[in-house]
Amino acid sequence: MAIRKNLASGLRGLFRKKETEQELEEELGDFLEKATVEKMRQGMTREEAQRAARIEMGGVESVKEGVRAASWETHFETLWNDLKFGLRGLRHNPAFTSAAILSLALGIGANTAIFQLLDAVQMRTLPVQNPRNLAGVKILPRDGASGYFNSRYPDLTYAIWEKIQQEQESFSGISAWSPVRLNISPSGEMHTVEGLWVSGSFFEMLEVQPALGRLLNRNDDQPGCPSPGVVISYSFWQREYGGSPDVIGRSILLNRHPFPIIGVAPASFRGVETGRYFDLAGPLCAEQIVDGEGAMLPLRDGWWLSSIGRLKPGWTIARATSQLRAVSPGIFEATLPANFNPEQAKHFLSYRLGAFPAETGVSDLRREFADPLWLLLALAAVVLVIASANLANLLLARASAREKEMGMRLAIGASRGRLVRQLLAESLVLAVIGAALGGLLAHSLSQVLVASLSTAHDPLFVDLGTDWRVLGFTTTLAVLTCILFGLAPALRATSVSPGVVLKEGGRGATDGRSRFGLRRVLVVSQIAMSLTLLVGALLFAQSLDKLAHVDAGFQRDGILVTDLDFTPLKLADERRTSFAKELLERVRAIPGVDSAAIARIVPLSGNGENHDILPGTSSPPKEENPLAAFDTVSPGYFQTLETPLLAGRDFNEHDDAGAPLVAIVNEAFGEKIAKSSNPVGTMFRIRRMNKIIGPYEIVGVVKNTKYEDLREEPIEIVYTPVAQAIHPDTDAQIVIRTRMPFSNLISAVKETANQTSANMDVSFYAFRRMIDEGLLRERLVAQLSGFFGALAVVLAVIGLYGVISYMVERRRNEIGIRMSLGADRGSIIALVLRETMLLLAIGLTIGVALSLAGSKAVASMLFDLKPYDAVTLMIATACLAGVALAASYLPALRASRLDPLEALRHE
Amino acid sequence: MTEPSATLVQGTLDMLILKTLALEPLHGWGISQRIQQLSRGVFEVNPGSLFPAFRRLERAGLMESCWRTSENNRRAKYYSLTRAGRQKLRSETKEWERQVAAIARILQTAS
Repeated sequence: MAIRKNLASGLRGLFRKKETEQELEEELGDFLEKATVEKMRQGMTREEAQRAARIEMGGVESVKEGVRAASWETHFETLWNDLKFGLRGLRHNPAFTSAAILSLALGIGANTAIFQLLDAVQMRTLPVQNPRNLAGVKILPRDGASGYFNSRYPDLTYAIWEKIQQEQESFSGISAWSPVRLNISPSGEMHTVEGLWVSGSFFEMLEVQPALGRLLNRNDDQPGCPSPGVVISYSFWQREYGGSPDVIGRSILLNRHPFPIIGVAPASFRGVETGRYFDLAGPLCAEQIVDGEGAMLPLRDGWWLSSIGRLKPGWTIARATSQLRAVSPGIFEATLPANFNPEQAKHFLSYRLGAFPAETGVSDLRREFADPLWLLLALAAVVLVIASANLANLLLARASAREKEMGMRLAIGASRGRLVRQLLAESLVLAVIGAALGGLLAHSLSQVLVASLSTAHDPLFVDLGTDWRVLGFTTTLAVLTCILFGLAPALRATSVSPGVVLKEGGRGATDGRSRFGLRRVLVVSQIAMSLTLLVGALLFAQSLDKLAHVDAGFQRDGILVTDLDFTPLKLADERRTSFAKELLERVRAIPGVDSAAIARIVPLSGNGENHDILPGTSSPPKEENPLAAFDTVSPGYFQTLETPLLAGRDFNEHDDAGAPLVAIVNEAFGEKIAKSSNPVGTMFRIRRMNKIIGPYEIVGVVKNTKYEDLREEPIEIVYTPVAQAIHPDTDAQIVIRTRMPFSNLISAVKETANQTSANMDVSFYAFRRMIDEGLLRERLVAQLSGFFGALAVVLAVIGLYGVISYMVERRRNEIGIRMSLGADRGSIIALVLRETMLLLAIGLTIGVALSLAGSKAVASMLFDLKPYDAVTLMIATACLAGVALAASYLPALRASRLDPLEALRHE
Repeated sequence: MTEPSATLVQGTLDMLILKTLALEPLHGWGISQRIQQLSRGVFEVNPGSLFPAFRRLERAGLMESCWRTSENNRRAKYYSLTRAGRQKLRSETKEWERQVAAIARILQTAS
C-alpha cells in the first residue's frame, strides 16, 4: 500500500512538476510567514522578524533541496538534467566533442570487432536446438597414428565408427561426418565446392528442418549406397540455383558421379564446424562411389571421420568417457587394420576412446587463431586506455577553465557529489555515443577481418552476430572508459575551495601542482604503454619478415602447380606411368615453360607421407625405427624447384620400373639416418605398414627443404622416382617454373591437356600464393599490432603535446621573468624540452620494463627471434623519443617567442 | 542566550513528528512549535530537517496531507497520521522506552 502511494506521489512529482513545486513553495512561504508573525509577537519589527525567520530557516532553496532529496523521482530528474546539461556542454565544444567521440569510437570499435570474432570462433554455441548436450567421440589421447589421413579432423576410421555405433551407451543419438572438397564440374577446369559427408542420423540428431524438400536420413546411408541423394545448403541454393524451387530432383555431379538433389538445408545451419560452411552434404556411403580407388571408407587404416552426438539426459562427459574406455579394447581389436606391422598394431590396440564437449562445434580455426586474437584484443585494449588517458587530460584542461563556475556552485550549496555526478554525466554521454558508433564500426571491421583471413585455398565463414556477450562487452567498455577518463577529472574539478577560486583575478592555488601532477602521470603512462605496443609491433613485424624470407631450400617465386586428373580415363596401372610421362613431356614443350616435373607431394601444401627407414639390406625392424618424410618425383624436380643437388645425381630415364630401386635423400637424412657426410651409394629399405620394400640405393643428396611448415626444423626426406612408384596415381601433379604471366600459362596448359584427352579434370594454383596464405596468422598479427602501435604512439604524442603546451601556458610568468633577466631563446627552448625529457625518461623506463615482460609473454608467437632483443628496444625507444621531442619543439618554440612584457603582465 | 539545540537523529525526529500529530492534525509551523514546546526548548528542529522528514514520512505512508485554511487565513498544508502511522508510533515508542531503560540501567551501574 505504501509502495503504491509512494509510486503514485513520485510519478505525480515527475509529471506534474510545476504543481508540486508550487505547493512546496507555498508551504514554505506559509511557514516563514508564521515564523515572522511569532517573532513580531516577541517584539521585532516586520523587517527584522522576516530576516530572522529567513536566517533560521537556513535558505528556502536549501530546504527545497532537502525535500527533493527525500523524493526518489528527483534522482531520475537529476540524471536527466545532468545528461541534458552534459549534452549541451558538448555541443558548445564541437572540436573537443568530435575528437573525443572519434577516439572513443575507434578504440571501442576495434576492441569490439576483435571480441566479436573471438566470440564467434570460440564462445558461441552451434545454432541448433539444445547445443548443451552435444558431444563427440575420439581417441583420447592420440599420440600418433598410422594410415591415411584425409580430413581436417581425422579422428576415426569407418570401421571404428561402425563399432562405436554398436557399443556406445551414452548418446541418445550419434552421427559421423567429414568435410571434403568436391568437384562439381563435368569436365575440364574443376569447380570445387565445400562438401560434407554425413551419416544417416546427422540431420535428425541435430534436429534440423529442411528449407525445401527433405534432408538425408538413415535410409540414404546404407552399405552399398543403393539410392544416394545430396542435400545442398541454403547459401549454395541461392548462389548456384538462384533459390529456384525446382532444384529438387535435379542432378549434381560429384567428381563426375551424378547424384539427385533431394533437399535444401535451412539458412541457419552451416554444419558443425565453427568458422566454416558447407555447400552440399552427401551420405557417408557415397564417399566410396565418388572417391573410387582412393576411397577412405573401405580402408581400415583410413582416418577421415569425426563424430558428434547428443548425450543422454543425466550423462556427463566423464561418465560417457568411462563407458567408452571400457568398450575400447574390444573395438580396437575388432578394427585392427590387417596391414599394420607389430609396432603399429601394438600402438593401435592401446587406443582408448573418450568423449569431448562439442557445444561450440569443432574448429581448427580456433586452434590457429584463438591465441593471436586474444593478443590483439589485449593490444586494442591498451590503445583504448591510452585514448582514454588523452580524454582525461582534455577534461582536466577543461576542468581548470571551469574552476570559478565550480567554486560558485559549491558556495551556493551544491554538494560535491552532485557536481561530480554532473561532470560524470558529460563523460557518460561521450562514452555512450562513442560506444554506439564503435559498435557500428565494429560490425564492418570484423567483417573486414574475416575477409582478410579467408582465402580461396581455405575459405572461411564466420557467423558474426551481435549476441548478448558482444553487447555486454561493448557496454562494459563504455562504462569503464567513462569512469577511466571521467572520474579523476571530475573529482579534481570539484576539489576546489570556493573561497580561493572566487577571488578576483586568482588563477587558483589548487590549480597547477596537483592537477598538473595528474596530467604528467597520465602522459608518462601513455608513453610507457605506447612504447610497449611499438616494441611488440616491431617484434611481430620482424618475426613475419624472418618467416617470410626463411630459406626454404627452394625458390618459391615463379612456380605454377597444376593437377591433371585423368581418373575418368580409367587407365590400368601399367598405362598410368607412361601417360603421366607423356603429359609431362607435353607441358615441358609449352613455350615459356623453363622447367617442369611431377611431384606427388608439393612442399608446404599440407600433404605428407612418412615411413620407417630400415638401414642396410638385412637388419630386421626394431621397436623404434627412424622415420623419414617421402615424396615421389620425376626427373627434373630439383631443377624446377631450384633445390641444389649437393652430391650424386638426379633421377633419369633409366630409373624405371624394371631397374634397381633408387632414392635421393636430403642432408638431414644423410646426417641423422645414414650418418655419413656423403651417403651416395648407401643402401636402405622402407617399411610401409607391414611390408618391407627395397633395397633402395641412394644416388643423390639434395639440400634440406621445408616439407610441411615454414617454421619446422629440418626433417629427413626421401625422394623416390615416379617411374618406380608401387601404385601409380591417376593424376599428374606438375610443378612448372616459368617467367610468363600465370594466366597465359594456365590457358596453355588447359589447351595442352585438352589436346591430350578431353576427359581430364584440371586445376591450378600459384605456389608462392599458397605459401603466403600459410602465413596469414603471422601477417594478421604483424599488421594489426603495427597499426595499434602506430596509433598508440600518435595518441601518446598528442597527449604529450597537450601537457607541454599547458606547462608553457602555466609558466608564462616565469618565462617572462627569465627573458627579461637575460635568458636567450635557446635556454627557454631548453627549459621546455627538459620537461619533455623528464617525462620521456620516466615513461620510457617504465615502458622498457613493460616491454620486456610483454615480449616474454608472446615469445611463443615469435619466429627465430629472442624476446629480449636489444636492437628492437633501442629502435623503438629512439623512435618514440624522437617523435615526442619533435612534438614538444613547437610549444618550446612558442615559449621562446613570447614577448617578455606580455608574459609578465599575464598572471 | 538560549542553549544550543541538540541535534536529532533521523529516526528519532520521525518519531517525534508522529507523536506531535497523535492528538490533532498540524501544519509544518505547528509541528515545529509543538516539538519545541513539548521538549521545553531542548529541541529546536530547523525546517531544513523537518520538511524533508515530512516528505519522507508521507512517502512511507505514515502521514497524509491536505490543504486547509489556517489561522492567518492563508492556505496551509495540514499533516495527519494514517493508521499505519499510528501503529508505527506505538511500536517506535515501545522500542524507544525499551532502549532508554537499558541505557539508564547502564549509566546507573557504571561508576
